[in-house]
Amino acid sequence: MDYVFQFGVVWRDLPALLLGAWLTVRLSALAMALGLLVGVASALAAASRWRAVRALARVYVEAIRNTPFLVQVLFVYLGLPSIGVRLRPDQAALLAMVINLGAYATEILRAGMKAVPRGQLEAGTALGLSRWQLFRHVVWMPALRAIFPALGSQFILIMLASSVVSVISAEELTAVADTLVARHFRSFEVYLVVTAMYLIMCLAFQAAFGAIHRALFARWRMV
Amino acid sequence: MIREFSLNEVWLLVLAARWTVVLSAMAFVGGGVGGFVVAVARVSPYRPLATLAAAFIKVVQGTPLLMQLYLVYFGASLLRLTSDAWTAAALGLTLYASAFLGEIWRGSIQAVPREQWEAARALALGYPAQLRSVILPQAARIALPPTVGFLVQLLKGTSLASIIGFTELTRAAAVVNNATFRPLLVYATVAALYFALCWPLSLLSGRLERRLEQAGAHTVALQF
Repeated sequence: MDYVFQFGVVWRDLPALLLGAWLTVRLSALAMALGLLVGVASALAAASRWRAVRALARVYVEAIRNTPFLVQVLFVYLGLPSIGVRLRPDQAALLAMVINLGAYATEILRAGMKAVPRGQLEAGTALGLSRWQLFRHVVWMPALRAIFPALGSQFILIMLASSVVSVISAEELTAVADTLVARHFRSFEVYLVVTAMYLIMCLAFQAAFGAIHRALFARWRMV
Repeated sequence: MIREFSLNEVWLLVLAARWTVVLSAMAFVGGGVGGFVVAVARVSPYRPLATLAAAFIKVVQGTPLLMQLYLVYFGASLLRLTSDAWTAAALGLTLYASAFLGEIWRGSIQAVPREQWEAARALALGYPAQLRSVILPQAARIALPPTVGFLVQLLKGTSLASIIGFTELTRAAAVVNNATFRPLLVYATVAALYFALCWPLSLLSGRLERRLEQAGAHTVALQF
């Protein structure tokens, strides 16, 4: 092999890459927060009294979970302008991520609701708790504890998947890397460093979520 | 000249979906072999091997698939192996599938009750025979639902091969879109085609899992 690796150019551009990493984290966190709201609405719809509403939630979840994220991104960015919805790349990326996350969050939240034993709800009702008190004292913590790990890995998943939005030039880590590659053609070196950055971010968030989980639920022993 | 988005274009997309299927199948077969090696290495009593397998799984699951495809694509051309998007996509997705299937199958092997290992040892079987005749047949049953579930993830993942220039369904969509300029219709059709491929597998995976749960066996969730 007569190729000479040059990581020097990559180190010079490290500030740009670090900014890109920050943009990726910010975009993922924003998408996660909004996606959870969509997920709550959709999980409530999935538990609705009306059949049509339940069916609608089902169609949404299945449609998203059985099509590639990349196609969803392209649909939002390239397709929606034909019906008058024109979005900047970063807006389109965020919207696609929120729609995508909403579907997965629906499934996570549904599992969380099932995690509260029926007997405890009955016990709470027998103690004369109101619906709000029931939620506050009986449902909230066990449900959160049940879904917390899944939410954590979902955040990491969307952070990794967000590299795909570089195809529409939304601003995040991979898009920054693409710009650098276009400037000095050190594609392998740049992508290697960027891959390592994603890995570090992933491991750091995993460790952080693990620590938060232990701190929050230490006194909540499994029953 | 702008072409109409007609049945011809739909047919073109259907034909391109073949390559999505072929690429998925190749990665699934390659990943099946790789995943088997990774899973067996991961549960091996020989520590360095188990650590190596665990590290491989961690790196693949902790980095974006797009980065993996880029590294294989640019890496292969640096090594003068190939600069062909087809090979790079197949190789990259095979590595990706090896790690995920390896992790799923490791979980399935470890979900087999300990007593089964002890019983196999009590029968004086060697390690390979313990695995082959006692553990793997039971692990296979546990592994089936999440394996089918992963196939859906893999099928969707092949869409990223379009970014390194391999012509499958998503790339064909870009081509058709450039000719017809009907993005909403084109991408809706493409999404429908992916859905037609993935949904039956999702349903199958769910049904297999419920059947296994009813049988009272351990189940292994598809991580990530």
